[in-house]
Amino acid sequence: MNFLLSPEQHALVDSVSGLLRDRCDALHVHQVFDTPGEAAFDAALWSALSELGVPAIMVPEAHGGLGLELIDLAIVSEALGRAAAPVPFLGHALAALAISLGGSEEQKERWLPALASGEKIATVAFGESPGRWAPDEWTLLGETLTGTKTMVPNAKEADLIVVGLGTGALAVVEKDASFTVARLDVADRTRPLDTVTFTDASAELLANGTVAAPRVFDAAAVLLAADAFGGADHCVNMSVEYAKIREQYGQPIAAFQGLRYQLVAMALATEPARGLYWFAAHAWDALPEKARHAAGQAKAHLAETYLQVTRDTVEAHGGIGFTWEHDTHIYMKRAMLDWAWLGTPSRHRQRAADLAGW
Amino acid sequence: MDLGFGPEYDAFRAEVRAFIASHWPPEDGDLKSHANERAFVVAAIEQGYMHRSIPRAYGGSEQPYDIARAEIIREELTRARAPSGRIPGNGLVVPTLLEWGTEEQKQRFISPTLTGDIVWCQGFSEPGAGSDLASLRTRAELSSDGTKWIINGSKIWTSHAHKSTHIFCLVRTEPGAPKHAGISYLLIDLRQPGVTIRPLVQMTRQKEFNEVFFDNAETPVDMLVGERGKGWNVTRSTLKHERSGISAMTWPLSMFRDLVKLLKEVERDGQPAIKDLRIREELAAIEGELMSLVYSTYRSTSLDIHNQPGDTFSTMRKLYMTDLAGRMAKLARDAVEDDFADMGGARLKWIERFMISLSMSIAGGTSNIQRNIIAERVLGLPRERTSERAANSQGAAA
Repeated sequence: MNFLLSPEQHALVDSVSGLLRDRCDALHVHQVFDTPGEAAFDAALWSALSELGVPAIMVPEAHGGLGLELIDLAIVSEALGRAAAPVPFLGHALAALAISLGGSEEQKERWLPALASGEKIATVAFGESPGRWAPDEWTLLGETLTGTKTMVPNAKEADLIVVGLGTGALAVVEKDASFTVARLDVADRTRPLDTVTFTDASAELLANGTVAAPRVFDAAAVLLAADAFGGADHCVNMSVEYAKIREQYGQPIAAFQGLRYQLVAMALATEPARGLYWFAAHAWDALPEKARHAAGQAKAHLAETYLQVTRDTVEAHGGIGFTWEHDTHIYMKRAMLDWAWLGTPSRHRQRAADLAGW
Repeated sequence: MDLGFGPEYDAFRAEVRAFIASHWPPEDGDLKSHANERAFVVAAIEQGYMHRSIPRAYGGSEQPYDIARAEIIREELTRARAPSGRIPGNGLVVPTLLEWGTEEQKQRFISPTLTGDIVWCQGFSEPGAGSDLASLRTRAELSSDGTKWIINGSKIWTSHAHKSTHIFCLVRTEPGAPKHAGISYLLIDLRQPGVTIRPLVQMTRQKEFNEVFFDNAETPVDMLVGERGKGWNVTRSTLKHERSGISAMTWPLSMFRDLVKLLKEVERDGQPAIKDLRIREELAAIEGELMSLVYSTYRSTSLDIHNQPGDTFSTMRKLYMTDLAGRMAKLARDAVEDDFADMGGARLKWIERFMISLSMSIAGGTSNIQRNIIAERVLGLPRERTSERAANSQGAAA
């Protein structure tokens, strides 16, 4: 039994975390968050992460990638969540995975090298609001696409979009096709979302898209769960550290039992969930019969936990925690995206219940 | 990552399974007889499958530390419903004797304890000493000829005292000494006129724990373990257990299986309760916590197997399982509806579980004490200035 990260995996996380410490501290995230106008991502940071190989993680080696597994991608997602990194990781990683799993050799060779290097940006268009996210709920049909996809990450900046179709298949739409993009006034300004409206947009089917689609959907659930774990764990640490330095009545507030028990409750909700998201990633990689159920459970549990932990974080900080200048609201808004994107915890639990045969 | 024990253990598992198959169930088919259980335990020790960390000289099987083998043995014993070798009390007293006992105490007590010929209960808590254990008042004085200890006082919450032959006890031997310094660890035979055992009836109507009264009870002078007045240290036994949390997950997993079965069985508005959206969703939420427990435990166990420093989850596990058991019991309550008020009815087991899940938040360190431990050891929060007073008022019992 070895349910632990390997030395190589620790090294991967360390290199990403080190970069984020240097290039993406809290002040920097606030600056990106507060940049006037539509939400945007940090191109310089994304480029530095690309140099470390982040967009290449799950791309096959034959197409310029690292050929690693979902657990590797997930632990990087945790690190990005911990830092609230304003980069187009989510959509890009999923689009690259969709092409890696669903593309013909020719399609893979055409698109993947530029995605692995970070030279081009890709995203996925899955959502058809309200709450319709899964392959069996998609509706867009036709050789050219007409219709709307919602909550598409970074569609405005993307060079190509992997779109989920009504047949459960996947198609690639390139930047110059016929569609319009409207950026949402997003809560989470570290991860912009767009509404994409296609009008007879030319699209190319991925050769094995129907096989790839549910796998990409499950991988998305795992990546969100990992992001949520990183964010929640950071909020617990931040609250604990604040309790140790903030003094009232002549002593650190950490001495007051009410707050101590609240901090314990936050840690107790968060720490055990690490094993859950690791398992969901590992199941996706190695235990196919358990993968779907575990992915849904991880997404539901972590998204709910993260959102609650950010609420507790505000309480643990008092007035300062409710202000725009404090970090907490950024994490709460990331938690809001992790909660809503790909469907709510409630929907994932109903799905998990179906899969369990209840 | 690998969640199994690996093919190198397959042969060992087959060997264990074959051993169990040839020894259990017993030939006469009597699964409850002490003699059959004893024979099985003796054979398993001989084979190296039980009491693996205990030297052969004291009746153990003296095997190299190997948590994977230990887990495989436990899994196979559970699968076959064979005796586990765990008898209440022995897991606490044997490590203590190994570390602190005299050679004579080890020779005399360990082997019969492993085979169940001597059964121990723990005499720590008192009516006035729960979470704040060191405030205990039961006292032992040397007889005038110096040959025996005379014990007076009482213990409470003593599990299985009514089925035990002996008690290991914390008693005050140095009346003038500071709180922690005046305590000694004594072994006492319960079968004597100076000892009265009175079972306490639990809210479930079951009798499991007791009050134990000492009225000039006696024990020979050489039944003191460790040094006189240093019994507090003796309770902090450091023997490394070959235990991970994996076997501790058996009951939450089986409680969850029972819960799913119940929810499929009970009807709600003309369909199985499990089809009700709210119940279904809560069950899935509970399963999410259960999976968190299971896979975090695999992670802790992996750290142990690969000799890496422990994680913070191990410190949280008891509180997490306690909360989870309560959540499961409440969902069962919601499903059985009217039957929840009827202790004579078909759902008694779930009413008991509703209550027993609460006893877990008390026994072996209350949930509030667990929270204090997590606050200090995991989160590194400063010790409370008033921690002693607070511990007293929180801990109805420990």
